[in-house]
Amino acid sequence: MEQILDLLLFCASILLIIGLRKLSNPASASKGNLIAAVALGLGVLVSILYPVVTDDNNYLIIVIGISIGAIIGIISSHRVQMTKMPEMVSLLNGFGGLAAALVSLVWLINNDFSGETGQLVIVLLNLFLGFVAFLGSLIAYGKLSGKIQDKHLRISFSTLINITLLVVAISAMIFFSISGNLSITHLCVFIALSLLYGFIFVAPIGGADMPVVISLLNSLTGITAAISGIMTDNKLMLLGGVLVGSSGIILTLLMCKAMNRSLLSVIFGNFSSSKGGESSVDGDVKEINPSDLAIQLAYSSRVCIIPGYGMAVAQAQKTIKDLESVLESNDVEFKYAIHPVAGRMPGHMNVLLAEADISYDKLLDLEEANDYLASTDVAIVVGANDVVNPSALEDPTSKIYGMPILELSKTKSVVVLKRSMKPGYAGIQNPLFFKDNTKMLFGDAKESIELILRELKDL
Amino acid sequence: MNSILQLLTDNLDIIYLLVFTVFLGFEIISSIPTVLHTPLMSGSNAISGVVLIGAILLIRQTDPADYLTLSLAFLGIILGTINLVGGFAVTHRMLEMFNKKKK
Repeated sequence: MEQILDLLLFCASILLIIGLRKLSNPASASKGNLIAAVALGLGVLVSILYPVVTDDNNYLIIVIGISIGAIIGIISSHRVQMTKMPEMVSLLNGFGGLAAALVSLVWLINNDFSGETGQLVIVLLNLFLGFVAFLGSLIAYGKLSGKIQDKHLRISFSTLINITLLVVAISAMIFFSISGNLSITHLCVFIALSLLYGFIFVAPIGGADMPVVISLLNSLTGITAAISGIMTDNKLMLLGGVLVGSSGIILTLLMCKAMNRSLLSVIFGNFSSSKGGESSVDGDVKEINPSDLAIQLAYSSRVCIIPGYGMAVAQAQKTIKDLESVLESNDVEFKYAIHPVAGRMPGHMNVLLAEADISYDKLLDLEEANDYLASTDVAIVVGANDVVNPSALEDPTSKIYGMPILELSKTKSVVVLKRSMKPGYAGIQNPLFFKDNTKMLFGDAKESIELILRELKDL
Repeated sequence: MNSILQLLTDNLDIIYLLVFTVFLGFEIISSIPTVLHTPLMSGSNAISGVVLIGAILLIRQTDPADYLTLSLAFLGIILGTINLVGGFAVTHRMLEMFNKKKK
C-alpha cells in the first residue's frame, strides 16, 4: 500500500511539471491547468490515504473542511467578474499564506513547541512568511478594491522600519531556534512581529507598482508551500511550492523590467510618496466632442486603442469591441496597444480584452505597438495614463523617467478618454494631455464610446 | 561549524531536489507570452494551495480531544482548499475565454 502511494505521489509530481509546462503555452494552457489540478487532487488523495503511526486520523473533519473550502472556492470563482481578477488572486493568495502559517502553528503545537534547531528555523521561517503573505495580500486586496486608499497608509520612515523589523524578526527566529523551544508568549510576539512586517512591507507600495507586489506575494506563498513540504516531508508540496516561487520571481522581474525599476526600489522606493522634482505642466487642453471624433474615426485608415486600468473600472471592453466591429466594417484597421504593466496585475488587459472576444492577433506588445503608433491616424487612450506619459522619455527629474512607454508623439491624432484632469495612480501630471496632437474627451469611458457609436451609426 | 555541515549532509537529498526544482521552475516559465501572465499567476497561485496537503498530514496526527489544534488545522484545510479549488476554477474560466475566440 505504502509503495503504491509513494509511486502515485511521484506520478502526481511529474503531472504537475507537465501541467505547468503546458500552462505556459497559449495553445495548451487550458489543458495544462486541468493536468495541474489533477496532479494536486492526486496529491491530496495520497495524503489522506497514507498510513500514519497514530490512528486518530480525524477523517470527518478533513472531509468537512475540504467540502466547505471547495464549495466556497467554486462559487466565488464563478461569481467574480473578470475586471476583479487582481482582487480575487490577491485574496486567494492571502488564504494560501494563512493556511501555510497555520500548518506551522499546528506543527509547533503537535511537537510541544520544541524541536531541533534546523527544524525550528524552518518552521518559524514558514510561520513568518505565511503571515507576511497573508496580511500583505489582504492589504493588496484592500488597495485594489479601493477599500484602502494609498493616502491612508502613508508611513514615515517606512524603509527604516521595514529593515529594522526584518532584522528583529530574523534575530528572533535564530534565537528561538537555538534555544530549542518556545514559550506561548514568545510565539505570540513572533506572530505579531510577522503580521506587522507584512503590513509595513505592502502598505507603502503604491498602485502603479501593484503588478510587482502581487506577483511577489504570489511567489512568497509558493515559498511557504515549499517550506511546508520540507516540514512534513512531502515532495509534491516541495516541488509545487518551488515552481510557484520561481515562476513568481520571474514574473516579478519581468514587471520590474517593464517599468525600468529594480525590485529593491519597488520595495524600498516608496513610489507613491516620494517627492520627485516634478516639472509643472502648463498649457491648455483641447477638448473634442463625440460627433467630431466619430467623423474623424470613420475617415481614418488606422485606429489604435490604448487600454489601461480605467478601462477595467469603466467596464468598457465590450463597448470597445462594438466600436471595433463598426469601424472594421468601414474598412478601418483597428488594433490594441498593450503595455506590460497596464492595469493592476500582469496581463490584466489581455484578460479583459479576451473576455470581450477581441482577437489575440489584434493585440500589439510594446515594440510592435510603437512601430504601429508612428503611422496611426487616431490613437484612443482609454483609461491609461502613466504608460503613455512622455515624461518617462523627456524629463530626467520625473519619477517614471526611463520607463519604456507607448510613444504617441508621431501619431497623427491622440484622443484621451478620461473622467477628469486628475493625475494617474503614480500621482504624476501627464504632459501628453497638453501636446498639440492630443485632444481630451471627458467622461466615463464606456459612456463616451457609446456616444461615439451612436454618432457613427447616424453618419 | 561541524553541526552546520552535519545539517547539510543529513539533508542533502532535499537540497539536491530544491536546487534542481528552482532551475526547472525558471526553465519552464522563462518564455511566457504576455497573454498568459494573468492565467499563469492565478494558476500558480492555485498550486500554492498545495499547503492543504500539509494541513491534512498534520491533522491526522492530532489528538481528537485537542480542540484548539483541530480547529486551527481545520481552518488551514478550508483556506488551503479555497486557494486550490478557487484558483484552478478561476484560471479555467479565464483560459476558456481565450480559447473560445479561436473558433
